[in-house]
Amino acid sequence: MATLKITNVFLNDQSGTLIIKDNTIDSFVQGRMSLDSSDNTFDGKGCTIMPGLIDVHVHLREPGFEYKEDINSGLGAAAGGGFSRVMAMANTAPVNDNSAVTKLMLEKNQVHHPYGPYVHPVGALTRNLQGKELAPLAELKDAGCKAFSNDGLPVQDNELFRRAMEYASDLDMLVIDHCEDSYLAADGVMNEGRLSGYLGLKGIPTTAESMQAARDILLAAYLDTPVHLAHISCEESVELIAWAREKSIPVTAETCPHYLVWDEEAVQGYNTLAKVNPPLRTKKDVLALRHAVKSGVISIIATDHAPHADFEKEVPFAQAPNGISGLDTALSICLQLVRDGVINLSDLCGLMSHNPAQLFGFPVNRFSKGDPADFILVDMEKKWKVTSESMLSKSKNTPCLGQTLQGRVMANYIGGQKVLSRLDHS
Amino acid sequence: MNWTHKDLLDIESLSIEEIQHIFHTSSRFIEINSRSIKKVPILKGKSVVLFFAEPSTRTKTSFDMAAKRLSADSFSLATSGSSLKKGESLKDTVLTLQAMKPDVIVMRHNLSGSAGFISKHLKCSVINAGDGWHAHPTQALLDGLTLNQVWHSNFTGKNLLLLGDIAHSRVARSDIKLFTRLGCNVRICAPRTLQPSGVDTWPVKVYNNLIDACKGVDAVISLRLQLERQKAGLLPDIREYASRYCLSRHHLCNAGPDVRVMHPGPINRGIEISSELADSKDSLILDQVESGVAVRMALLFLYCTGNKNEQEIQED
Repeated sequence: MATLKITNVFLNDQSGTLIIKDNTIDSFVQGRMSLDSSDNTFDGKGCTIMPGLIDVHVHLREPGFEYKEDINSGLGAAAGGGFSRVMAMANTAPVNDNSAVTKLMLEKNQVHHPYGPYVHPVGALTRNLQGKELAPLAELKDAGCKAFSNDGLPVQDNELFRRAMEYASDLDMLVIDHCEDSYLAADGVMNEGRLSGYLGLKGIPTTAESMQAARDILLAAYLDTPVHLAHISCEESVELIAWAREKSIPVTAETCPHYLVWDEEAVQGYNTLAKVNPPLRTKKDVLALRHAVKSGVISIIATDHAPHADFEKEVPFAQAPNGISGLDTALSICLQLVRDGVINLSDLCGLMSHNPAQLFGFPVNRFSKGDPADFILVDMEKKWKVTSESMLSKSKNTPCLGQTLQGRVMANYIGGQKVLSRLDHS
Repeated sequence: MNWTHKDLLDIESLSIEEIQHIFHTSSRFIEINSRSIKKVPILKGKSVVLFFAEPSTRTKTSFDMAAKRLSADSFSLATSGSSLKKGESLKDTVLTLQAMKPDVIVMRHNLSGSAGFISKHLKCSVINAGDGWHAHPTQALLDGLTLNQVWHSNFTGKNLLLLGDIAHSRVARSDIKLFTRLGCNVRICAPRTLQPSGVDTWPVKVYNNLIDACKGVDAVISLRLQLERQKAGLLPDIREYASRYCLSRHHLCNAGPDVRVMHPGPINRGIEISSELADSKDSLILDQVESGVAVRMALLFLYCTGNKNEQEIQED
């Protein structure tokens, strides 16, 4: 039985050695332990150990837009950001609405990152994401899809969305909905409010999101069928979700690091790097979302990693595509929430690992014997500058480009295999 | 006054002193424009590119005439005749233009922030001739110059009403910034569907009844209504809009005694302003056009020559 010992690491504020046997967690031994020369060891150099992160919402752009990102580079960024699994949305070209595309994604994963991180495709909910007829959901599940979503092109037809939820539930699969009323949001490019009026930009009101969230919640209650709400951005949606959870309606929700730290002021100067959909909202919304992740109303933090090439963002604001490249920076950004006392590290492990694993049926690592040896070593004090060089994603479209963040993933193990290390052991 | 700005993107970046300097410089050019020979050589050898990525008649002609009267060489470029039509990015288009070494690029574009966007990539000066709903600083300056002449440089306490489609108007945004800075009390009047988001944070008093809005006003600037607003669901129909918001003589019965009316053009007569009022003695609409050439001459002079002083205008 192969044994690996990760020495000199912190788990739950205790210093010690993590022991991995046969690619699963064996034990954590506090304090110093004697090692013999035959032990396969890795010096954790005082890093904090966390479970491998699971991102339920990324865009890896392959097939079709490999100049922005491909499965190889996207999973490389995932490894660098501390992720062991990512769920890739279906808006590729061709759209992931058939088993051939799903299988291609899984094969590319196997070729480039056989030991992980792992991509789990999210199949299109409707054919070609057009919102008119259901995609072959059973075929997509059989091919390896983990959930279904129309993401950026949310289904507006309430009847079709209801049927999609019902059909998916027969397959024991979850529907993920990007909550947006396309009429209220039409042509909008930022949050509707004081700043959009000032900048002369068409706004997207919060009701474009919250009305659709209300629809989904009411359908989930009526059908007694679960639904997962993607990248929630505003206070009204949080209030609706809180109400739903009080009523035991089977609704779960995610938000993203950018909605927890930045508000609409980030788009001042027509900063296309901060253009994202749903848009960055107001300080009030940021506070509501922070409270929601603290209280468990929102149980998952996902990146909505949306890479775009620099030339695509170097255009007037309204022409720029929506999206922030998030895999490289997500953990560092969220660690600021821990330092600010909004959540503790245990909460963060829940939001970025345990809860997504449970919801989507991945093995959960709580560092108990037999748990998967998917874990990361994090230097909580390490400051690093976000630059083109320090990001592993092909695309560098993040508002924190040029900024210095604190907290860095120093090593990433998946299934007991080291897939990334920034620790110098020379 | 030394002119230290590289670009003119909006009104916010100008101090009151700089605005007054532009008015003062413009007034010298008004005099030149009244001569029988209206051309002076002060910008001889300078190159001005008129890059209008959105249709324009009066602003483009006004800049073109301003450049020619100062002896600058002006070159026109429109989207239809440019590589933008072939899919070239705006950045690549303006970098190509820059390689030809113009002194100033005057740009109009249908997207807010586009003038600021190109200015970040260009070493030459950029003058914003209107970007989306965001800003139209030269229009505001010509509106300001027009009223500066009528009100003899005294803006303090004057009541100014902006009427019409405020939400989608770059003229309104720039006028509000200019006239509040100069000391006017600014009002806006529009149906709620044509008021901008967050208007309660703007330094204006908001009306939706035109009779009320006109009480005691010293000037009304009626704005152009894009007829597509009806199709966008912002208005029931143009006739109903006109019945509520078309400025006519009877709305001005309780206005100030010397009330003046203005419009940036082009006018939809009978929809934004009655034909009778547009052509009346109280109308400054053609004065605005005249001021426009002078203001643009002043701006081209300032942005091409930087720290040259007024003496040189006289010498030329």
